[in-house]
Amino acid sequence: MYEFIQHVINGLAVGTIYALVALGYTMVYGVLKLINFAHGDVMMVGVYVGYAVAFLLGREAMGSLGAALVVFAASMAACAVLGFVIERFAYRPLRDKSRLTALITAIGISFALSYGFQLDFKVSVGGGEVTVLPGAASRRFPELIRPQEWLVLGDNDVIIWNWQVISFGIALLLLVGLQVLVYRTRFGKAMRAVSHDHKVAALLGIPVDTVIAVTFMLGSALAAGAGLLYAIKDKTIQPLMGVMVGLKAFVAAVIGGIGNLPGAVVGALLLGLCEEFIVGYTASSWRDAVAFGFLIVVLLFRPEGLFGRVQAEKV
Amino acid sequence: MRVVLITAFAALTVLALSCEKKPTAEPPKPTEPQPTAGKDVKPAEPKPATEDTILLGEVGSLTGSEAAFGDSTKKGVELALEEANAAGGVKGKKLAVRVYDDQSKPEEAASAATRLVTQDKVVAIIGEVASSNSLAMAPIAQEAKVPMVSPSSTNPKVTEVGDYIFRVCFIDPFQGFVMAKYAHEELKFKKVAILTDKKSAYSEGLTEVFSRKFAEMGGKIVGIEAYAKGDTDFRAQLTNIKKLKPEGLYVPGYYQDVAIIAEQARELGLKVTMMGGDGWDSEKLFELGGSAVDGSYVSNHYSADDPTPRVQDFIKKYQAKYGNVPDSLAALGYDAAKVVIEAMKRAPDVSGPALRDAIAQTKDFPGVAGTITLDEKRNPVKPAVVLTVEGGKFKYKATVAP
Repeated sequence: MYEFIQHVINGLAVGTIYALVALGYTMVYGVLKLINFAHGDVMMVGVYVGYAVAFLLGREAMGSLGAALVVFAASMAACAVLGFVIERFAYRPLRDKSRLTALITAIGISFALSYGFQLDFKVSVGGGEVTVLPGAASRRFPELIRPQEWLVLGDNDVIIWNWQVISFGIALLLLVGLQVLVYRTRFGKAMRAVSHDHKVAALLGIPVDTVIAVTFMLGSALAAGAGLLYAIKDKTIQPLMGVMVGLKAFVAAVIGGIGNLPGAVVGALLLGLCEEFIVGYTASSWRDAVAFGFLIVVLLFRPEGLFGRVQAEKV
Repeated sequence: MRVVLITAFAALTVLALSCEKKPTAEPPKPTEPQPTAGKDVKPAEPKPATEDTILLGEVGSLTGSEAAFGDSTKKGVELALEEANAAGGVKGKKLAVRVYDDQSKPEEAASAATRLVTQDKVVAIIGEVASSNSLAMAPIAQEAKVPMVSPSSTNPKVTEVGDYIFRVCFIDPFQGFVMAKYAHEELKFKKVAILTDKKSAYSEGLTEVFSRKFAEMGGKIVGIEAYAKGDTDFRAQLTNIKKLKPEGLYVPGYYQDVAIIAEQARELGLKVTMMGGDGWDSEKLFELGGSAVDGSYVSNHYSADDPTPRVQDFIKKYQAKYGNVPDSLAALGYDAAKVVIEAMKRAPDVSGPALRDAIAQTKDFPGVAGTITLDEKRNPVKPAVVLTVEGGKFKYKATVAP
């Protein structure tokens, strides 16, 4: 019994990370109809920015709320800028080209980031060395949140940690926040209009470029936040960490119905639990096969995803 | 619209398949095109083999998940070559080594080996550390009749590929036996669980031997769980292991996975003594695993605490050059290069067959990680040490002779 509860907790912890990444995926898709394959790698960049900031703050500052906020803020801001730059220089020029062109560009950016970060590149500034690119080796992520047992069941049989609860809370909070943003604000209305048809939206005086840029920045900042929670959970970071998580989050978003925010979260939690039970009760080598198999089954029966709406094909 | 989505899914599925558990498998590498593999060439000898140099080849994991292994080995090899050159080289010629990075991937190791034998025409190859990578290289070296000496691949299959493949470390049946014996006799464990890397020949080999030997000694293997290299979440497996309540957990993996496993075991409240093999040996283990790996036991090739003069002498020279205490990968890299150099001195010429014969005759060679005498299967027979982890360091515990 305890073992089952532990599996559920493990699955939810993984699902939470997928959910946070999937929110960004689904939002960008909702507005642009672009599958931003670089999303997971933007997340990775956010983690490294967080790592650098935490390093500058020093070991003593770790564990305090202030330090955590500074790290999160800096990393999210940096990723927002990165998102803006990627959108402005890689995707915007291709907006009126075929969607496939943008998709391939996204894959290119993904590789550029994940392999670029594997290079060792240091510059010496005034006697000291500054690492610009971190290199391939794994690093240990500092303890942003000091781990504490939040709830212990039985005789140490199941342990729920504070950071697991915090991550889950943040994921739900962000979901509600984004939902409000999209459906209750003027900006959200503009986003939905652009999503519907950006040419007509432009004719109606909606600043399409601004809306898309801000959406990208939001999505990227979200990725940074997700990445930091991921790093807090798994403690080890390396430049390829974003690839698989990005892919899984994309699967989660599609399962939930891409473009649909609650769908992304539900899809992600389902995927996380599904993976955990597969490894826990069958064999670990099945994990990814089942995750992607799950996607295929969902698409067979509900091509629009669990929560997606059927859209009429535009001619 | 739908067409685009379907195309995207197709692309995704292909990506997903190639990425499964190994997110680095995509062939295009925009930031590191193929020719730059040559950038790892030792800078001191940028020129290819000329009349007055003898060129050796080395394949190592300088990037990727086992980057620390490749780095240590390369430093050990460099040190050996430097010493040989300072002493006048071999047959009046200087030695140089061409090093290629295989990104810790077997397919890259194979293509690096092909480049070394066809393009660079090296006289011998040193490498690799990971058995899976060595197994990918060995058929190429065998085919080209270029002797290959693996410094630290412990899986028995590596040298079984052919008579041109050698190693300077002990093999897994022995290493697994050492840990099984230590767990049974010294640690007095009755129930042990195993967490193995399904994708690694090294890990699978050790698991097989350990479970057989431990059961023969009267212990009980309560469960074997598996993961695949590249996984970062081991909580499901560890949750299952926790339920079995073992006294010891044998994790014959590589340092990066082991560190994460140790962390997550602690997170799940799994209090168990971890045991492992030489794959744990890297400074990175302590950096990534922190205090979670404390109190574990590993079998290894050499201990820096060994008072033998030739070991301490090597440590001193290594520290002077690189600033840190050499791990056993560095010691074995050094030994492998030394064995090749000694053989070149004895061989009538440095052609493949002549050099092969000379390496095969290596007898009582005083290596840093034990005396090397190669048997008819081209494996050395030498003792292993058992180390324990204490406060971010390996401490010597015992020596187990074959």
